[in-house]
Amino acid sequence: MRSQLDRTEKLLIVGLPILIALGFILPEWIVNYIQVSLGTGLVALGVMIQMRAGLVSFGQGLYFCIGGYAAGMAGKFLGISDIFLLLACGLIASVTIAFAAGFLLRRYREIFFAMLSLALSMILFGLLSKLEMLGSTDGFNLPSATYLGWAPEGDTAKHALYVATCIPTIICAFLLNRYLRSPMGYIGEALRENEIRLEYLGTSAHRAVHIKYVIAAGVSGIGGVLWALALGHVDPEMTNWTTSGQFVFISILSGTGNIVAPLFGTFILEIVRVYAVELSPNTWQMILGTLMLLTIIFLPRGLWSLIQEKKHAKKSGGEK
Amino acid sequence: MLTAVAIAVDGLGFAAWLFLSSVGLTLIYGVMRILNIAHGGFYALGAYSSAWAIGLYTQTGSTIALTYLIIPLAALAVGVIAGLLIERGILRFMYGRDEVLMVLVTYAIFLILEDVTKLIWGTGSMVAYQPAYFLGTIEIFGIPYTIYKLCLVGLAIVVGAVLWWGLNRTRIGKLLLVVIEDREISRALGINVTLFFTVTFVIGVTLGALGGAVTAPQISVVPGIGAEIIVMAFAVIVIGGMGSIGGAIIGAIFVGFARALSVHLYPPAELFSIYLVMAVVLAFKPYGLFSLAEGRKI
Repeated sequence: MRSQLDRTEKLLIVGLPILIALGFILPEWIVNYIQVSLGTGLVALGVMIQMRAGLVSFGQGLYFCIGGYAAGMAGKFLGISDIFLLLACGLIASVTIAFAAGFLLRRYREIFFAMLSLALSMILFGLLSKLEMLGSTDGFNLPSATYLGWAPEGDTAKHALYVATCIPTIICAFLLNRYLRSPMGYIGEALRENEIRLEYLGTSAHRAVHIKYVIAAGVSGIGGVLWALALGHVDPEMTNWTTSGQFVFISILSGTGNIVAPLFGTFILEIVRVYAVELSPNTWQMILGTLMLLTIIFLPRGLWSLIQEKKHAKKSGGEK
Repeated sequence: MLTAVAIAVDGLGFAAWLFLSSVGLTLIYGVMRILNIAHGGFYALGAYSSAWAIGLYTQTGSTIALTYLIIPLAALAVGVIAGLLIERGILRFMYGRDEVLMVLVTYAIFLILEDVTKLIWGTGSMVAYQPAYFLGTIEIFGIPYTIYKLCLVGLAIVVGAVLWWGLNRTRIGKLLLVVIEDREISRALGINVTLFFTVTFVIGVTLGALGGAVTAPQISVVPGIGAEIIVMAFAVIVIGGMGSIGGAIIGAIFVGFARALSVHLYPPAELFSIYLVMAVVLAFKPYGLFSLAEGRKI
């Protein structure tokens, strides 16, 4: 069973060349938004896989920021600009820190998990805001990416970076989907339902949370690197709680039903934001908040459940 | 010596301000089990409405002394209007849901409130320095302090005392303690739990708005102050133990002095020292420094 591709994985595999092709067809500004939202979409994915286990991380910006800053510092201090090395830096930094912090966080659930993850991300925020070496609240710029020694310029550089953003994102989404379908992934859902029963079945809930936490951090770190490269800039706002709140928002809105949902959700949100900010800049957050309330009340499993429900309805003749 | 005095006075000032800004949060959590992110929004509403009201009033050229009445009235107005609207309009449909879900609901409300303040008062900054300026300064060991700041310490003590007295020495307060202990039993005893929830929420919102209202004369009121205060208030109530008034006092003193220490000894640590204290406390005593162990209910 496991070696077979499920529907989502097929969609991802077919989607990758289409996504890349779109980068050459669509107008540049849309491509920019796609690229940026792929980066943040990965972080939303990280929040989403934790939400599957009933854990709401109000500090996922921490790893988003660590990824971005790790890549930025590697570029600034070590002169590294190779995208593979930068991605590795971001991944290693976020996974290492998550592994250490995981020993702490795995003991907590519900609001305490949310609060502790928030506190950790705010520590970094406080640190980075005051660290003049790293530009304090202004942050600093990243070098433009190179690819195994190839340093493209102008339009080629843009396209190359776009392709280099699409591929890791799709790979991450693919692997995460595998993870969620694996026994370890299903343990996460059991965790949400009843942790004590899970322990009776002979599995360690702590270990499951720890693994999930580290995976989520790794994905978010990669997202941070890609986002930072797309913008060419990092600043402490990446780890402010309001940023983390947006990731939570995306996961709520799109739901935890499918890996693809947060990626789409981020993109749609990004586009809506562009228009909303232009039309009425002071009601943008109000729209977000209202949407979120409506989703929580009427679509507790997110927008994706609309698609799912249709499928279910077809299969079982109307019964949920 | 001079630094020690400065740290003590500043620490006390910070602590009083933090207590005023976070006691409403802990009250609402204690009674309703809602970790209210929207508290930051109420704080901002309070700050804006008091700054706005003070501005309108001082334009008339009347005596400044009356502004000290305007500040609490502005907070009360916010508390009653926003509190009732949100509790009756949104929250009451959500009672009994997961605590985490309530966090998300209040986060959504927080986002909405952010824009409500922008729509009412615009995105510019507002200044209402008169009440703070009017009282002048006092010298403590040669360091000048605004008397207004010291008055806030007094106000914090009064608010804390009134809350303690109200909870422990009045009939309603004792009934509220029963509600906190066990909602179902108290409902069975004939206590109107819904009414208690509504009133508690309004009081909590008023306190949050009061925190903002008394701060307004000392700062320039700008968008985003709500997002700043809420994490600070989280730190305060987590350290002392969420849901207890005494805990908020202890947390406020802890955070207040941590901040004063870092401001005077190592300024770059100012921001993260607070969150560091919060994370350390959460890591070792997640239910607060002075909480008792609670049995797990399966």
